[in-house]
Amino acid sequence: MKLELRNVTKRFGAVLANDHLNITVDSGTIHAIVGENGAGKSTAMRIAYGFYTADSGDILLNDEVREIRAPRDAIALGIGMVHQHFMLVRPMTVTENIVLGAEPGSAVALDLRKAAADIRSLSEEFRLTVDPDATIETLSVGQQQRVELLKALYRRAELLILDEPTAVLTPLEVEEFFSILRRMRSQGKTVVIITHKLSEVLAISDRVTVMRDGRVVGTVNTRETNAAELARLMVGREVLLRVAKSPASPGRDVLTVRNLSVQRVQGVSFDVRAGEIVGIAGVEGNGQTELIEALAGLLPESQVTGTISFSGRDLRAVDARRRREIGIAHVPEDRHRRGLLLEFSLAENSILGVHYRPPAASGAGAILLDQKAIDRRADLVIREFDVRPPDPALPARALSGGNQQKLIIGREFELPPVLLLISQPTRGVDIGAIEFIHRKIIAMRDAGCAVLLVSAELEEVTALADRLLVLHNGRIAGEVDPSLTTAEEIGLLMTGGRH
Amino acid sequence: MKLRELLFPLMAVVCAFTVGAIVVLIIGDSPLQVYGLLLGSALSWPDGIGYTLFFATPLIFTGLAVAVALRGGLLNIGAEGQLYVAAFATAWVGITFAGLPSFLLVPLCCLAAVVAGAVWAAIPGVLKARFGSHEVINTIMLNFVAIALVGYLTQYDYRVAGDPIMETAEIGGTAHIARLGRFIPGLPERIPLNVAFLLALVASWLVYVLLWKTKWGYEIRATGQNPAAAEYGGISIRRQIVVTMAISGALAGMVGINEVLGYRYRYYDGFSDNYGFTGIAVALLGRNHPAGVVLAALLFAVLQRGGVPVDAFTQLVSKDIVQILQALVILFVAAEAMFRWRQKATVGRGKGEEGTRQQAPIAGQQASVGKI
Repeated sequence: MKLELRNVTKRFGAVLANDHLNITVDSGTIHAIVGENGAGKSTAMRIAYGFYTADSGDILLNDEVREIRAPRDAIALGIGMVHQHFMLVRPMTVTENIVLGAEPGSAVALDLRKAAADIRSLSEEFRLTVDPDATIETLSVGQQQRVELLKALYRRAELLILDEPTAVLTPLEVEEFFSILRRMRSQGKTVVIITHKLSEVLAISDRVTVMRDGRVVGTVNTRETNAAELARLMVGREVLLRVAKSPASPGRDVLTVRNLSVQRVQGVSFDVRAGEIVGIAGVEGNGQTELIEALAGLLPESQVTGTISFSGRDLRAVDARRRREIGIAHVPEDRHRRGLLLEFSLAENSILGVHYRPPAASGAGAILLDQKAIDRRADLVIREFDVRPPDPALPARALSGGNQQKLIIGREFELPPVLLLISQPTRGVDIGAIEFIHRKIIAMRDAGCAVLLVSAELEEVTALADRLLVLHNGRIAGEVDPSLTTAEEIGLLMTGGRH
Repeated sequence: MKLRELLFPLMAVVCAFTVGAIVVLIIGDSPLQVYGLLLGSALSWPDGIGYTLFFATPLIFTGLAVAVALRGGLLNIGAEGQLYVAAFATAWVGITFAGLPSFLLVPLCCLAAVVAGAVWAAIPGVLKARFGSHEVINTIMLNFVAIALVGYLTQYDYRVAGDPIMETAEIGGTAHIARLGRFIPGLPERIPLNVAFLLALVASWLVYVLLWKTKWGYEIRATGQNPAAAEYGGISIRRQIVVTMAISGALAGMVGINEVLGYRYRYYDGFSDNYGFTGIAVALLGRNHPAGVVLAALLFAVLQRGGVPVDAFTQLVSKDIVQILQALVILFVAAEAMFRWRQKATVGRGKGEEGTRQQAPIAGQQASVGKI
């Protein structure tokens, strides 16, 4: 089915989310829509799906103007949408979830057996290998996503809109997912995929529409473009996707971990030296979170066995505050949960962790907060890390994710750190800011800081790390030189060597 | 407190009075007459204003107590018990050390009030920090324990033989604090408004300084706003829970200074007119800000003082109208919280591109203005 948005404009208050969009998705193709956060790509597709109605402009299906006022109109016309966050009822079976809202049978009797048979045949047709009788909570994330796809297919969708479908998948699952999409295309379905990952765009799509600031800045055939061009279109300037770095010149051992076990982490040993970045790759939930939190002193001492030493000093019984005092900075993986006080101003956030000592607190016993010193520190962080809007009085909540992240990184870099623990530094951050953050991390390394970097983005850890540890099931599955190792080899280690 | 912050509580009060007026109309009296009597008597000089400020004093203390706890993420429903224990401790010191000179005895009595309140409030703090038991349950339970305990002590150990009233003996004369009538011309000394009112204003200012100008206040607010982030910032959550509860209890305990040293000069069993619980409403209306607490306490005091003539001089309306108005104020303050939540949700839907309709409330938390 061919989809066309013609001159679509949508305004939210003062924000022009979509400005005279013209997007054409040809029938039987996989069409990617890329753009940074807030570029308007999700809004555009939600208009096509009837979640929002456009202020002006038309939606055409197979060259006919159609009124789509609500998702049920879109479904009736053969459009399906899979959201980034799954909308599944966890204790119910696959079949029950799929028929929800479109229950088969008469008004009173529910014919689930027929539905299950239909779903089974659909699943076989597209080789989705989903058991219709399984309950959702027993399924992996990748399988749950396939249930979402089945949901759309069951409603006879000819056109599928997928919003950031790979965000929750492991590299292996992404591969399987892509082959499913190709199969759907070969069966004549049309797929629109919203993403900000350029490598995926290049791997899967036929055509790409790039959006920036609510406008379409270009539509190109995937075969005729490359990542650098797409990034430039997205950001509006040249972007270095892989920040250049010189070889590391590591110095003395800063962090020495021996046989560390805590919660999911089981007997991990490694060192981080001054002036090097040690990366930790792994599928999320394999102990990265616990490892970093244990190193930062945020887990109860009673749960930690093994030794952690910092420049030769045993860190047992050194609490989080003292660890920061001796130069261990920590950029947490979840900025909303750990990293920020969302209701506090940028200025107040810029002193979290050093709020109790000069220069933030001054006077006798360092009791009173020194507002001038705090403002100075906030200004410094805002300036050095290009936090926008640059107003220290704003609450942290008012910032975009990328700017919140820059605020946290800026705060931690001002410590200044001897050891930097940094988790998911660019999660949910736009390409332009990713480049910026990567440069800062490398600059930190070059200044002699020891860096321990955890990231779920394989590209990120391989680009930044000088040495790479792969974590699987709480253990180190291997150490590799990222410049000499392929993504496939690392991926194999990440999944415990099984395929 | 920013001026804009005043708008919503003010709206809540106006709405409450409007609905209150309708209630009066339904009963069959004139709202103008009722409100005229209420405000006229509460703001008359000297009896009206004198008593209104006197009534406001304990509410400022308990309002501050609840506000500090809430800023720290704790709901202290135990101010009532804390102020009873504190008032008894104040009287006990005032009686036991009656021979001391004023400049020693008054501070000692005040210290007793503050420490007793702090210790009593620290108990549920410790229970929460150590065992994770919820402070709401424990503060409520400790209210009963406190009231029964001081009642027992009064009845069996400290009542003057032959006195039919549940009260202790008088505290030493040197423990009395001055009534404001002594300094203010035209204000008779029979009106119990005393120095404790000034202490309440000073306490409000100190709470403001504590919360926003010191590192301790930063830690209290950080813990209240996001305990996980506070912990990340090197703040001990357990310690904060105990300290915040103790500060809250100390403020509630200061009610004892007003009651014992400035008014009755003895511990009088059952003296509290639900000050501890009204403090929750005062904090809510005052948006957990000391200045707001003072204003809210004054409003509740006006209602309390103005209720008496309403009862006496209207045909049909009784002084229960005061309770109705108080309840309405609380209702509208709560409704405002809902209104704000809705508003936030709607804004989030508009701005956060990533938010879907189903997730509007979450999207509201991620509303963003900054662009990289």
